[in-house]
Parts: sequence; structure tokens; C-alpha cells
Amino acid sequence: MKRTLFRNQLLPWLLLAPQLLITAVFFLWPAGQAVWSSFLRQDAFGFTTTFVGWANYTALWADPLYLASFRVTLVFSVAVTVLAMGTALILAVAVDRLIRAGSTYTTLIVWPYAVAPAVAGILWWFMFNPTIGILAYVMKTLGYDWNHRLNAGDAMTLVVIAAAWKQVSYNFLFFVAGLQSIPASLREAAAIDGAGPVKRFFTITPPLLAPTTFFLLVVNIVYAMFDTFPVIDATTSGGPAQATNILVYKVYKDGFIGLNLGSSAAQSVVLMAIVIALTIVQFRYVERRVNY
Amino acid sequence: MTGLLLSTAAFAVIAGAASAQTEIQLWHAMGGELGQRLEAIATDFNASQTDYKIVPVFKGTYAETLTAGIAAFRAGEQPAIMQVFEVGTGTMMAAKGAVYPVYQLMADQGEPFDPAAFLPSVVGYYTDPEGNMLSMPFNSSTPILYYNKNVFEAAGLDPDTPPKTWAEVEAFSRQIMASGAAPCGFTTGWVSWIQTENFSAWHNLPIGTNGNGFGNVDSELLFNNETVARHWNNLKTWQDEGLFQYGGPVGGNDAAPKFYAQECAMIMNSSASRAGVLANATAFEVGFGMLPYYDDVAGAPQNSIIGGATLWVLQGRPAEEYAGMAKFFTYLSSPEVQADWFEPTGYLPITQASYDFSVARGFFTANPGADIPINQITLNPPTENSKGLRFGNYVQIRDVIDEEFQALLGGSKTAQEALDAVVARGNALIDEFAAANQ
Repeated sequence: MKRTLFRNQLLPWLLLAPQLLITAVFFLWPAGQAVWSSFLRQDAFGFTTTFVGWANYTALWADPLYLASFRVTLVFSVAVTVLAMGTALILAVAVDRLIRAGSTYTTLIVWPYAVAPAVAGILWWFMFNPTIGILAYVMKTLGYDWNHRLNAGDAMTLVVIAAAWKQVSYNFLFFVAGLQSIPASLREAAAIDGAGPVKRFFTITPPLLAPTTFFLLVVNIVYAMFDTFPVIDATTSGGPAQATNILVYKVYKDGFIGLNLGSSAAQSVVLMAIVIALTIVQFRYVERRVNY
Repeated sequence: MTGLLLSTAAFAVIAGAASAQTEIQLWHAMGGELGQRLEAIATDFNASQTDYKIVPVFKGTYAETLTAGIAAFRAGEQPAIMQVFEVGTGTMMAAKGAVYPVYQLMADQGEPFDPAAFLPSVVGYYTDPEGNMLSMPFNSSTPILYYNKNVFEAAGLDPDTPPKTWAEVEAFSRQIMASGAAPCGFTTGWVSWIQTENFSAWHNLPIGTNGNGFGNVDSELLFNNETVARHWNNLKTWQDEGLFQYGGPVGGNDAAPKFYAQECAMIMNSSASRAGVLANATAFEVGFGMLPYYDDVAGAPQNSIIGGATLWVLQGRPAEEYAGMAKFFTYLSSPEVQADWFEPTGYLPITQASYDFSVARGFFTANPGADIPINQITLNPPTENSKGLRFGNYVQIRDVIDEEFQALLGGSKTAQEALDAVVARGNALIDEFAAANQ
């Protein structure tokens, strides 16, 4: 690690100031507001405000639907992360082995990343729509009655595919870059030592790809938990019967649709705690096992 | 902040220089065809005088418009007029400091305003316990039955006789499916509004305590009765058999396409879908009927209840805007404007004068079936159970109804369990609302 020493005490603060200001205005201040309103009960128009202490939080823990939302979020995040990273890795390895046309494939695979999440959601909604969707129609002819409006499993599958599809491009780019930075000489040396292709792949690639994988793991879990709001909103709106109502979507629904600001604020504080905990866990424990 | 204020001020100066008119913002949720008709009303009003200019602004769905209006109010940038759907009425009524009651506005501005000119079933929904009208009725609808006459004929049914009872709906659907005339009997929009709330009113069953919530904010839901449970259970059975196909939550986005594509032979939906149905049903002839009922339930059919929206005036705008709003409401209530609005859209004629005006110009004779909504809502004088409903947090309770109905169709709950859950979760939401609005 290289350290830069400043002679002037003021200069580093001055250089940091813009970023600190942005953090304060766009993060610390709203976060403080959320914490404060999580202890209040307020009518929709904000005429009467009562301090209710921990009431909003205790109500959450007593709500079976909130606890169910945790389960849904867990299943959803794990599924999206595994699917998005797994698919991206397979595609990246395939492209990495290409001698010609690699850049064409790269462009094609990265393409979906340019699609706005809400548009992606609508696309999948159209294809899987039980009434007018082409994929729902194909599945019906194959004997599977697809209906994500009523079947919780179908709905979860739909949002996982839609959310993962968007993220595959992003993961793919990083995996390709990671693979290309693995020196070919290592593989050649292993080949000379008599290692077969499978052995070569598993002993060389995953360890050297670990930093990229770790980075993507963090990014993907954060993406699945917090950035998939438009996909959920456009495809299932959290239904059927809250089967795809992830924590972030519930914050939006209770706060912006239901106008229950106290509960919504309490939920976002819980989410904030989860993000902080996740980040600590990831950097404390998982990162230690990664060799840069 | 200063920059924002300055640019706002500059903008105000430019706007002021461009015209001496007072601009009045109207936030609404009328998309597509309906939005164009609302724009036309505003344009005509603006052309009829020179002092005021109504500026309609489309804010998305009903729920989005309500949320946007409330957020704007909290930020001190509220519009003058806001269109709020019927289930938002409880929320608006509780917000006494935000709302300028329409009866008071009209009295303050010296504009003539007679609540008795409106339909009782419409007025009842929007008056306070003292009988004062708090918002301006605009678009009120009620659910009716649409059916495909060609499919009826192909199935060997009389194309001029819609089913009257649920027993007939079931029998007709079986015949339609058995004959191969269509793959599905019926579908429905709005499970909450049509198959639960209107179903209760139509069978003269209470929706909640305190006269369906009109008496007091502290009310409880009564959906989980035997008759509603029987109906939900039937819908589940019929869904499993394919006689009924579910069209999705809230308004039921998939319901109408099923009807248009001749997949389902019947659909229960808002009378205001009439324009859409006629525009999309190009390959077949559409018939209209009243909502079906169970003929062994005493007191059925009673009368259906309204949906749709009213215009709420918000506090805190400049005085001259209120003068313009009163003038606009008077204009809006005139029989011609009303008739031009409800005839093509399928909304209810909300004043007696506009209904008479339409009768006189022969609208109902030229359009068979167009009188079904009005006949259905005035079938009997409204009872305590059938004059509407008013509960706090009802926007969310609607979602609860959808979720529990999905749980029923998905097979994880029985009809009774689902309805018990609706009542338990709904009552918790009502309590929360009562606590927040003390």
C-alpha cells in the first residue's frame, strides 16, 4: 500500500469536501430522517405526528407477512446471484476460448445491460403473460400451465429470470476481463506438466478469478436486494399473495402506496442495518479468503 | 435553494407576462381516451371565458395521483384540484386541514350549488355525516356484465338474454364450454370492487360495521360472512374447472383481453369500460346485462354501488384560483357538459338534469344497454348496506383483498380462511388509520 503524505492539513479535507458534502446531503441526512420518522406515527398529509417509540418496529416483528418477506428476499437474492453469476461465468469462459469473433459475442452479450430495468421487466411480463405471452403459450403446448398470477413458484421463477438476465451482461464483462488477465503461460506450464483441460481449468482459473468473483458477489447481492425494484414492479408487483414481495418492494408499497410512513421508515432502517451487516461480513470474513 | 426560488420566480414572471389568466392545476388519473375527453372539457371551459385557465395534468393511476397530491401538499406545492378515487375518500375526509369542502367553496364564491341535483347514490358517498358535500362528483361508474352475443348464439343460448343469476352464469358457462363456442365462460375485472364490495351491496349484506364505515372511522369489516365465502368458494371451484378465468389483481389487466379475444364469453367490469369494449370487440356483437346474483339470498338484487372518482379542492392556493374553480364546477355540472362526458365513456349520468337531457336527445334509445348501469344503481332505494363504503386505509385493504383472493385461487387457503384473513388484516389497517388520525 502506498501512502501519500500531505504537508498541508487543510488540503486533504478540501479535496474530500465535495464527496463528503454529497454523502452528507444524499445519504446521511435522508438516513437520519428515516431513523427519526421510524419512531413517529403520522397521518398521510402530515397534520398529526405522534412519537410512538419502538411501536413501528414491534409491529413489524409481529407481522407474519414481514417475516415472510425476509424469506422471499433470501430466496430471491440467492437465486438471482447464483443464476446471474453462473450464466455469466459459463458465457465468459466460452468467449475466452474463442479465437475469432470474440468481440462480436461480447457486444451481443453485453447488450441487455443497456436495457432499462423497467423495460426489461415489461419484456418478460409480455413473454410470460398467461393470456398473451408467447412463452406461456409454448409452455401450455408442452403441457405446463404457466400462471405467475396465481402460482407463487412461477412468479418467483419469473422475477428471478428477469432480474438475473439484466445482471448477466455486467458479470460477463468482469469475468471476461478477469479471465483475460490470467497469463496464458500458467496454463501452458500446467499443460507441459501433464495436467488435462479439466484439471487445468479448476486448479488455475477459479483461484485467480477469486478477486473478480468476490467483487461480483458483493455487487450481485446488493443488486438483487436493492436494485431489482423496477423488475418486480413491472412483472408481478410483489404478487401473488406477496410471494415476490421483497423487502425493498415492501418499503415502497407500504410507504408510497399505503402512505404508512412510520412503518415504511422502520422497514428502511432495518434494511439499512442489513446492508451494513452484509458489507461487514463480506469484507471481514469472505475477503480474507481471497488472494489478490 | 435560492437558485430554485429564483428560477421559480422567473418562471412565474414569464408565465404572468404571457397571459393575465389565472391558471388552475387539475391533477387527474384519466389516461388514453378518457384523458382526451377531460382535456376537451378543460379546453371548452377555457374558451368559454377569459379569466381562468384549467390545466389538466395526468399523474398516472388513481393511487399514484393520490400519492403525488399528498406528497405535493406536504411540500407546499399542491395542485388546486385533485381527482381522487372513491376508496381514497376516507383518507381525504380525515385530512380536514388539507381539503376545502366543495359545498363551502361554492357558498363562499356565491355560485349556485344544489346537492339534490345529483343522484342520491353518488351524493351519499361523498357527504359528511351532516349531509354536506365535500368533493365534486365527476366520474362515477358501476360494474355491469358484458357478454359476447356471437358466442352465446354458437353455444345455442339466446343472444338477447344475459344470465340473471349466478346459477345461470354457471349453466351458461358450462354450455358454452361444452359446445366449444369459447374455451372459458367468464372473467372479471376488480375482484375487490366487483366480486366483494358490489357483491355485498347487491345482496344487501353489510361490508362493515357503523353502516359500512360511514358512521365512524373506528369500524370493522364484515366480509367474512357465509354468502361472500360461498361466492369466493364458487369462483375457486369454477376457476379449477375452467369456467372462470382470473384476470389479475387490482383492475384485472388480463381480464379484458380474454373477453376481446373471445376466450371468455362474459366479463364483469366497470360501466366505464364500455368505450373500450366497443372499440375492441370488432369481431363480435356485445350484449349488456346487470350483475348476477344468488336468487336464494333474501334481498337480492338490491342495488350496486359506485366506483370512479371525484374532484377535491385543496387548501392553500391563491384566492383568485378558488373563484375560478367554483366557476369551473358550475360549468362541469351543466347537463350538456355532463352528457357529453358520460355518454361516450360509459360513466353514470350523475345529475338528474343530465340524464333527462340525454333521454331527450335520444341517447338511450339509440344505444341499447347504455341504461343498464343507471338502472342497476337505482334498482332499489339504497339501504344501510348498499350506499357505499368508507374506511380508512382502504387503498391498502383493496390490496389485501387481492392477495387473499390469490391465496385462495393458488390453493393455500379456503374461501373462509381467505376472507377471515381479509377481515383481520383489514381491521388492523383501519385501526392504524384511526390511531394516526386521532
